[in-house]
Amino acid sequence: MANGVETLTSSTFDETVVSSDLPVLVDFWAEWCGPCKAIAPILEEIADEHGERVRIAKINVDEHPDIARRFDVMSIPTLILFKEGTAEARLVGAKGKNQLVQEISAHL
Amino acid sequence: MPADTHKLIIIGSGPAGLTAAIYASRAALDPLLLEGEPSSTTDQPGGALMTTTEVENFPGFPEGIMGPDLMLNFKAQAERFGAELRMEKATKVDLSARPFQIWVGDPDAAEPTYRAEAVIISTGARPVMLGLPGEQELVGHGVSTCATCDGFFFRDHDIAVVGGGDSAVEEALFLTKFARSVTIVHRRDELRASKIMQERALANEKVQFAWNSVVDAIEGDGTLRNVKLRDVLTDEIRDLPVTGLFVAIGHVPNTDVFKGQVAMDAGGFVITSPDGTLTDVEGVFACGDVQDTVYRQAITAAGSGCMAAIDAERWLEAQD
Repeated sequence: MANGVETLTSSTFDETVVSSDLPVLVDFWAEWCGPCKAIAPILEEIADEHGERVRIAKINVDEHPDIARRFDVMSIPTLILFKEGTAEARLVGAKGKNQLVQEISAHL
Repeated sequence: MPADTHKLIIIGSGPAGLTAAIYASRAALDPLLLEGEPSSTTDQPGGALMTTTEVENFPGFPEGIMGPDLMLNFKAQAERFGAELRMEKATKVDLSARPFQIWVGDPDAAEPTYRAEAVIISTGARPVMLGLPGEQELVGHGVSTCATCDGFFFRDHDIAVVGGGDSAVEEALFLTKFARSVTIVHRRDELRASKIMQERALANEKVQFAWNSVVDAIEGDGTLRNVKLRDVLTDEIRDLPVTGLFVAIGHVPNTDVFKGQVAMDAGGFVITSPDGTLTDVEGVFACGDVQDTVYRQAITAAGSGCMAAIDAERWLEAQD
């Protein structure tokens, strides 16, 4: 089943990460960030292949800087894994697929 | 799983590797290009230009072009002539016997992923970090490896760029769009950057200079708060309270995977023949920043990529 990557906004962010039964991995990204674009298709693949273990969502820091500020995001791409609304792990910087899956899996 | 065999494999996808791919595919060598994997340094598909903004000195673009757009053009041109591109990173190579062997993924796998009759090395270089305690921990919390990615987060902050070459000055000027002030920390009393970049930096009100200075320590818990500068002439230490630090003090070649396989200089740059791209291993060629300690421009990388493809084509022909 194709799950895809959900798009979050300032108004849907809390509801999504708090109410989710599954851990949610949020990708903080922006249009002008090359490495963010490079990992976007990888996150799509991870969403499809590991959808039963983790939800994947993205939030544009340009359009929703309040959320980025709240979690002290100062570099993108930053991926934050939320469990029941709490930030459990943070991965900074673009990485290859295998490494991303490995680092995310360690916290699931 | 038996290894996938190719006539020519190009490792690295910056201007050098992609130009080699354009020439090699037009020469009907059906090259496979291993692009590398995403990262937030220059060691990524597309190479160093992926983390730059406007490129003003690449011929053919009189109005300039964005670095990532230029690399997309290179890639489209290589693919147009049939080059096969894969977003994979070589984790091990064996160049001791022909066909050459290349692993991606698990380097301990018994069988290589690929075999190739000829190999072009075009893996480029990545920026050197300062290597100071706390630096790695603060990456993403004030210490940045990608000004174009992270400049946005330093709106109205005071930040510093370390280095005096073109990359440092370009980053500093880019960061003035966001920051309140940008201090260029340089170990000498004049910049090494090109005249036009120097003039822009000196004319920019937001740019300040810490001459004859090096970063001695990085301070901050959780996020960067301060760097300690040491004056190289007097050894005096002073505080520079900044929340952002961008380092552009030079490059190291991405040659770890080739160590012990081809001849390199003390800095790890691949040694090539004086008038060409031949390495000391027959059938292995190198082009771009991985073998260039002098020019290191997109256009020279592209030029040497063309040379490598022609050298590889001639060598392959001579083998038949």
